[in-house]
Amino acid sequence: MSDLATRPPASPAREFWRQFRKSSLGVAGGIALLVLYGLALFAPFLAPYAETRIDRDRFFHPPTPLHWVDAEGRFHARPFVYATVPGLDQTYTVDTSRRHALVLFAKGDPYRWFGVFETDRHLFGVEAPGRIHLLGADDAGRDVFTRLLYGAQVSLTVGLVGIAISFSIGLLLGGVSGYYGGWVDTVIMRATELLLSIPGLYLIVALRGVFPLDLPSRQTYLAIVTILAFIGWAGLARVIRGMVLSLRQAEYVVAAQAMGASSLRIIVRHILPNTLSFTIVAATVAIPGYILGEVFLSFLGVGVQPPAASWGNMLNAARSQRVLTSFPWMLAAPGLAIFVTVMAFNFLGDGLRDALDPRRTTGGKR
Amino acid sequence: MRTYVLRRLLQIVPLLLGISALTFALLQMAPGDFLDTMADNPAISPAALDAMRVRFGLDRPWWEQYLLYLRNIFLHLDFGTSFSRQQPVFEVLRTGLGNTLLLASAAAVVTWGLAVPLGVLAAVRQHGWADRSLSFLAVLWLAVPEVLSGLLLLWMASATGWFPVGGMHGLDADLMGAGERLLDLLHHLALPALVVGLIPLASRMRQMRASLLDQLRLDYVTTARAKGLPESAVIGRHALRNALNPLITLFGFTLGSLVSGAFVAETIFSWPGLGSLTLEAIQTQDQYLVMGAVLMASTVLILGNLIADLLLAIADPRIRHE
Repeated sequence: MSDLATRPPASPAREFWRQFRKSSLGVAGGIALLVLYGLALFAPFLAPYAETRIDRDRFFHPPTPLHWVDAEGRFHARPFVYATVPGLDQTYTVDTSRRHALVLFAKGDPYRWFGVFETDRHLFGVEAPGRIHLLGADDAGRDVFTRLLYGAQVSLTVGLVGIAISFSIGLLLGGVSGYYGGWVDTVIMRATELLLSIPGLYLIVALRGVFPLDLPSRQTYLAIVTILAFIGWAGLARVIRGMVLSLRQAEYVVAAQAMGASSLRIIVRHILPNTLSFTIVAATVAIPGYILGEVFLSFLGVGVQPPAASWGNMLNAARSQRVLTSFPWMLAAPGLAIFVTVMAFNFLGDGLRDALDPRRTTGGKR
Repeated sequence: MRTYVLRRLLQIVPLLLGISALTFALLQMAPGDFLDTMADNPAISPAALDAMRVRFGLDRPWWEQYLLYLRNIFLHLDFGTSFSRQQPVFEVLRTGLGNTLLLASAAAVVTWGLAVPLGVLAAVRQHGWADRSLSFLAVLWLAVPEVLSGLLLLWMASATGWFPVGGMHGLDADLMGAGERLLDLLHHLALPALVVGLIPLASRMRQMRASLLDQLRLDYVTTARAKGLPESAVIGRHALRNALNPLITLFGFTLGSLVSGAFVAETIFSWPGLGSLTLEAIQTQDQYLVMGAVLMASTVLILGNLIADLLLAIADPRIRHE
């Protein structure tokens, strides 16, 4: 008891952190996401090859395992891969007489990092003329591991950028709608009803039709983000409106009005911050939807186009029966990446919700 | 009840008008006049082009065009002409819509046929191994997007040969008798229906479990047990009926999400539904087909919501008398 009496009251942020750390799955999800976004950020360095490097001798090359012990049973301190000889119908026989050792900080394809540093160093590679394909090669002999990392740059950031735009719109319109009421409210709410009445994937595809299909990859990215943001704000705006309706009667709002604060200031500075904990959780839970939106469009072949990589168009390359049965890494690599990402966001969202739930911290029943 | 139904039906009209306006605006924003694309096609005569230009009033201001578009839909069910198929959009979409509804209904059977028993099992054996493994599976399943589950099933189908990998009918379907044809159709329907039906399964199962658990805590259940009813009757005849009530409204809402969910399954399994048509229309820049498909899909979703509300009104008299 004395401990309780002497400890200063925890700040909300610290209290939140104390609660959040308790949820091991939430923390694990958060760490997994930090790792995933880190991989995307350092993709050019971590990937052994360039995103679009085609190798005509290695169409659908299977994954090359790293070995420490060679065919004669000798141990090598530096791991190596065996050379392969292409055969008929994309089969490759392993040639155990030729070894290519792993090289750290290998020289390879040149790239520009963050658009500034120009270098040709990659974290790893193998001695020429060997090739290392940790996750195999695709239908054009491009390294799947490399494309997974570059694809993460597209697929993972679509969620963040999309959510940033659509939640800004949703918060503002929801806030304005709830605060002003009247015809403004009516117009905004009818608009959200309209958007929510169109089945999501149909709306996404129809909006895609507004942009030309043969855009360069950077503009396609912008188009996808625009589409997803245009759709995503409606659901949030409705919930925020409901919260604002009850908050606008609060004493601090009346006080701010009495002091002559402008309506927009009251909404943005006083009311919306009080919806923050809900918004953070809602955003975390909503991000996978945006990521899957890009996956969906690229999978259908109307999103990011090869040779640029995205997890969606990697899945698209895996969708034929022949590829699925003969070259399973084409499905497994992007599939697992998407699965892990969505699960990490789900866990993080659950953890955040539990930590931000005031009923839990005040000891109320759940 | 009748006034309630009428009121809800009337609310649909402005919604559909709004959606048609939105789709029309998208049609206007899409790059290029669609008649430009048609003009490049040697199969279309200049006379046919002129006829379309007049019918849709493309030489007039946009608001007149919109009114014409609406008039053609209301008076003649004329959603325009699909220029990649040279058929009225309505004709093309009617078959597609039927196929999608068939797929969505089969998927609903999968969802509810699994969600209700599994949810009941989890609730009855709360904290037991069945409950825990089901909730673990649900957590995993929530992270599997349908693109992935669809491709996994397609992989399974092509590896084992147990199921056809696409389409609605086998090659020799025309030679089959009626019974055989039906079996063939069901065989083709199984995998896409499974993909679509499994999407909402995890959350429906959780809702079923939570709803039944809420009921099991109530006094009437204790009463039923105290008067010596067997547990199966307590749950089956008393608790389950009340627990299903909140799920009724979800049933209608699910219909809308199933139509949207069918999109991916249709493209993966080449099911000739509304989604496949929409995708094809986007790729061939067949704008009237896209807009018609969006309108129809939205109509299904809105009707699904309406059915949900009506079912709830039937189940709960407080709503229809409000």
